Amino acid sequence: MTTGMLLSESDKTPDPGAPLRTRLSGFLARLGDPLFYGLTLCCAASIIVITGCLVYQLYAHSAEARHTLGWGFLTSQEWNPVSGEFGALPFVFGTVVTSILAILIATPLGVGTAIFLAEMAPRRLSNIMAFLVDLLAAVPSVIYGLLGIFLLVPLLNSTVVPPMQRVLGFLPIFSGSFYGVSLFSASLVLVIMVVPFIVSISREVLLAVPVEQREASYALGSTHWETVWKVVLPHARRGIYASVFLGLARALGETMAVTMVIGNTPQIAKSLFAPGYTIAAVIANEFTEATGSLYLSALIELGLVLFGITIVINGLARLLILATTRGLQHG
Amino acid sequence: MGNLLWRRMTNAVMFSMTLMCALGVVGVLFFIFGYLFWNGGRYVNWDFFTRLPAPVGESGGGMANAIIGSAKLLLLATLVGAPIGFLGGIYLAEFGGKTFPFFVRYVTDLLNGVPSIVIGIFAYAVVVLRVRHFSAWAGGFALGIMMIPIALRSTEEFLRQVPTSLREGALALGATRWQMILTVVVPAAMRGILSGMMLDIARVAGETAPLLFTSFGNRFWSEGFDKPTASLPVMIFTYAIGPYDDWHRQAWAAGFVLLAMVFMFNITSRLLISWRRTR
Repeated sequence: MTTGMLLSESDKTPDPGAPLRTRLSGFLARLGDPLFYGLTLCCAASIIVITGCLVYQLYAHSAEARHTLGWGFLTSQEWNPVSGEFGALPFVFGTVVTSILAILIATPLGVGTAIFLAEMAPRRLSNIMAFLVDLLAAVPSVIYGLLGIFLLVPLLNSTVVPPMQRVLGFLPIFSGSFYGVSLFSASLVLVIMVVPFIVSISREVLLAVPVEQREASYALGSTHWETVWKVVLPHARRGIYASVFLGLARALGETMAVTMVIGNTPQIAKSLFAPGYTIAAVIANEFTEATGSLYLSALIELGLVLFGITIVINGLARLLILATTRGLQHG
Repeated sequence: MGNLLWRRMTNAVMFSMTLMCALGVVGVLFFIFGYLFWNGGRYVNWDFFTRLPAPVGESGGGMANAIIGSAKLLLLATLVGAPIGFLGGIYLAEFGGKTFPFFVRYVTDLLNGVPSIVIGIFAYAVVVLRVRHFSAWAGGFALGIMMIPIALRSTEEFLRQVPTSLREGALALGATRWQMILTVVVPAAMRGILSGMMLDIARVAGETAPLLFTSFGNRFWSEGFDKPTASLPVMIFTYAIGPYDDWHRQAWAAGFVLLAMVFMFNITSRLLISWRRTR
């Protein structure tokens, strides 16, 4: 009522443009905030809608494969689309083996580098090196694949693997003939791709350890290394675990670089030097060539499996990060 | 005493090992950049930027269509990803409550971790299956979805760095909240937000996997946004696994151009932030 009266009073002012302007700005002042709030809220909520749609689409489009193949899809070893055999086990095997091996190599390397950058290097040098490591993380994966095909694979073939096999060839995991493309080559490419993640997060977590903790340790007579090993690392352990999990999730979902060096053979070999296949790689290679709806549906189900694995690993990593930031806030 | 010697030696040995790790990582880095710039730079010439791919069996030619195609895809991706990320970031930084923003942040981080190939399947199901052909729309959609998480989180982070006193000042002068946000807070954080967006574009510029079955590829010019469209990353992949030496040379040249572009975006973004801090 009151606003209506005010508006009608301002209508009687002599300037013909003024009432409209006042009314318009009054309108905007009253409606602008809720409108803007609603707009930003919609955009924020759309993330949840998009992620929900993503899950739904993967689930809906893999329906045929899920109904026809059932749980046998995950346990069968045969992948022969021509004869209608779809078994996901070789891909799950390749994905898990290459990622785990990559993480096993990358974790000590990355944490070691992070310790050097956080504890030893002068701050300026540390910042420059951290920027270079971030650049390493920005290199597109297809370029790592390019380097993998034309640089790493020939190098492994000519100078690295033959001596390794001469010494360790009696072990089953290093046995068999080596053609360059293999689970091992894929793991090495993944190491280079994952290390920047581990270095950059671990360095920040290490730098965030309170200086009092270090001082207390030195005051008790510890050497620098003992301080790092017994005080700084335990204090930062959650953040480091999180960085390793994030790296693992990236390795599991990595497509292009792996496709180019793994040999794309759906088999479960006992040797690391044998070619293999990963979930992401088979989707990349066969999706456009998939003839028949069951084939396509099976590939989409593989996507669903990959999505599930990475979501679990990522979820764990994020929870660890949350726990770390909470822990730092409380003391 | 021997104990102390032992401890000192451990100290020295362990730190030399971390030094070796760091040298190894940085060494690999310089080796990769050096090799790529040396090997790729040799094959880049004027034709690469101005000509179409040569027919199979002929040498020469370029990737002009892939360069334009990549630009088109990035334009579409930015149109999808940047506004949603920007406005969503404003919501989280300015209006946030407790439970819902926490949930949005968590889901955003999860979406950020979804493998790019899975995003490709999503875009295929939503766009390609509807219209029944590959198109730049589908590729741009996939890349746009990939851009949202980083755009959102970086916008939020930089808005949070704007001091509260600026907000209070604007409100005290009689501004409404949306006026305060759009005319005071956002301009104050603009450099940071722009640098975040640039990093984001640089990240999706190199994405290959989500384009394989959305924008597909094309050996010729593609008009508009409704045709299969060539892009640099997909060309690198196709040419690298192809059987011809000439293709391999073109792949190296394309790798060089792509990497140079990605680095330029990264370094510009870094400069934007440091300039903001020193001012």
